[in-house]
Amino acid sequence: MNGLLVLIPVALGLGLIGLAAFFWSLRGGQFDDLDGAALRIFVEDEEDAP
Amino acid sequence: MTKFATLLIERDFAVPDIRCAGCIAKLEQGLVRDRRIAAARVNFTEKRVHISCTPDADTPELIGAFSLLGFEAHPIGDGPADVDGGASDSRALLRAVAVSGFAMMNIMLLSVSVWSGASGATRDLFHWLSAAIALPTVAYAGKSFFRSAWRAVRRGHTNMDVPISIGVLIATALSLYETATHGPHAYFDGVVMLLFFLLCGRWLDSVMRDRARGGVTALLRNMGTGAMVVEKDETSRWVDATALESGMVMLIAAGERLPADGIMISGTSQLDLSLLTGESAPQAVGPGDSVHAGTLNIEAPIRVRVSATGGDTAIADIARLMGEAAQGKSRYVRIADRAARYYAPAVHTLALLAFAAWMIAGAGWHHSLLIAVAVLIITCPCALGLAVPAAQIVAAGTLMRIGVLVKDGSALERLAEVDRAMIDKTGTLTLGRPVAANLDEADPRARALLLALARASRHPLSEALTRDLAASEMTPTPVEAVKETPGFGVEALWEGRKVTLARPAQPLGGSDLATELAVDDVPVITIRFADALRPDALEAIAGLREAGVEPSILSGDRAAAVAPVARALGLTAQTGMSPQEKLTAIARQTAAGHKVLMIGDGLNDGPALAAGHASIAPGSASDAGKNAADCIFLGDRLMPALKAVRVARRTKAIVRQNFALAIGYNIIAVPLAFLGYVTPLVAAIAMSGSSLIVVGNALRLKGAAR
Repeated sequence: MNGLLVLIPVALGLGLIGLAAFFWSLRGGQFDDLDGAALRIFVEDEEDAP
Repeated sequence: MTKFATLLIERDFAVPDIRCAGCIAKLEQGLVRDRRIAAARVNFTEKRVHISCTPDADTPELIGAFSLLGFEAHPIGDGPADVDGGASDSRALLRAVAVSGFAMMNIMLLSVSVWSGASGATRDLFHWLSAAIALPTVAYAGKSFFRSAWRAVRRGHTNMDVPISIGVLIATALSLYETATHGPHAYFDGVVMLLFFLLCGRWLDSVMRDRARGGVTALLRNMGTGAMVVEKDETSRWVDATALESGMVMLIAAGERLPADGIMISGTSQLDLSLLTGESAPQAVGPGDSVHAGTLNIEAPIRVRVSATGGDTAIADIARLMGEAAQGKSRYVRIADRAARYYAPAVHTLALLAFAAWMIAGAGWHHSLLIAVAVLIITCPCALGLAVPAAQIVAAGTLMRIGVLVKDGSALERLAEVDRAMIDKTGTLTLGRPVAANLDEADPRARALLLALARASRHPLSEALTRDLAASEMTPTPVEAVKETPGFGVEALWEGRKVTLARPAQPLGGSDLATELAVDDVPVITIRFADALRPDALEAIAGLREAGVEPSILSGDRAAAVAPVARALGLTAQTGMSPQEKLTAIARQTAAGHKVLMIGDGLNDGPALAAGHASIAPGSASDAGKNAADCIFLGDRLMPALKAVRVARRTKAIVRQNFALAIGYNIIAVPLAFLGYVTPLVAAIAMSGSSLIVVGNALRLKGAAR
């Protein structure tokens, strides 16, 4: 029973962290351009501007 | 970074030609080289570019920066309230999906322990924990269902959301009671899972609408247009279309569209009226003639005094007709809602019956209620809620890949039902732009010269030549000192000789468009231009017939201009029609019990597009046409229009299958629930199983356009 007292909050907490991270990324605009994100891997970075 | 120390302003541009990773790189890295642009960010999904620029950069300059990179850009107005409204809508839905998904996983974790034998205090603890997660989730994620159900009930209707809301609320309340009284079964997992699947369906639906809306916004060319206005002291400045006032003098270059009605005060030119009236032959205009907004100046720069703006223009009349015509379409009831009309009462009767039957059998009210709730949960339209949107979003994705944008799910449903097609001629069956008719008469040397001269000019005829010649992989002859004189043509030096591409010295008969190539003022060849049929028009028309959709032509052009097209395609045609007459023609077919598919592009087709049971417009259509149409196809080929009909029919078939699957599942599950065998475990398996099957079936539409 003692194990449960630790493990349940841990399980719920991890889930909540995941949910919070998702909301964070949603607000940060990471889901605004899903098709573009898939293509950006092909974009060569320009040589760093001075 | 000192050069951007001044305050930057943010602007959005629609760039329809973003197609690949290369375009993203080119735009983002190319635009910032412009002194005025601090940052550029491409949104590929919506085909938009967001830039931060200095306040002194005005619209034409920014568009110029895009065209230097080879992209056509259209400014998006500052108040895209409806666009953002849609996006925030689906974002709210996505948040609800995430919350219910999180809650579902955690409750399932606890439920699995209960199913595998937790009992006594442990089970109660787990039930309380589940309740603590489920109650806020139901309140947050179920909001949109409750609201919509309440709206429907208040007006005396019923829709899918009514049985969902009742099921969710009763099941939650009963589970809470069970938990409080140390009962063995709580349905929190079932309730939250139900919400999760339904929200997935809702979200898919909303994403589909957003995507199409993004695509359409990117295509709306005339948004935020304006004109160069010449002041009294001959200085000129750019004025937005909304800020134009009557009395202002606009300078309209060749290749520009008029933003307002007006009177010509100087210059002579030809105007392309095809978007306004459907007439293919350009009209010659001179000082004193009145000209209309939406027409395209094709020959020489002209000056126009604005006489009417915005709501006073000839376009406003057409807009009024369109508003009236669109009312018929809003009466269409979507398949899911039609199904709900029968489904909702059936579900409620069944649950009531179960309750009554067990009461009569002497089971006591608590046990009877438990069984009634099991019936409600198991029959809740989980699969039904996913069946339609899943199929439609897969179909819309398939169509998007072949260049058809579908505005919403109901468009696909209506498109599947059509049995008559009425097709506009100019710009729909034909390309709606000049195409060189006798290029093959020119020898390769002349062609290379033509390309060299034509590509130096933005004149519509030059652009047509460049497009045709570049397509045949011609290499232009090197020429020097290229100079363009507006209203005359292009002039250059070639091996020391003067070459010109200009208006023919001897005007041709009729209103034919032509241009002449001359070397040292000796004419070499005269290229004539005419509007040409779309390359696959014949096939597409035959395909429509084969699909049982009888096509005919509905044109605003003169009979003489329509006849050759009608003959070539073997179609009957009605000619010289006004927008009002097109509406009447559609109304007559509708009254005869036909479902009309309207395909058209012009402003004059706007009311007809709004009135047709379903409608398709080409990407080159007028803004009014694109706004009124259900689907938009891109490119020069007409085939996508036919494919849209085919995919819509396949989608309808898949939706039917999905309904059959969902009903079949109910036929097996309801008797079990009725007899009291449905524990929360069985409900969870049945619900997720049926939803997965429906989604899997919808995925078969992926290859439907081939």
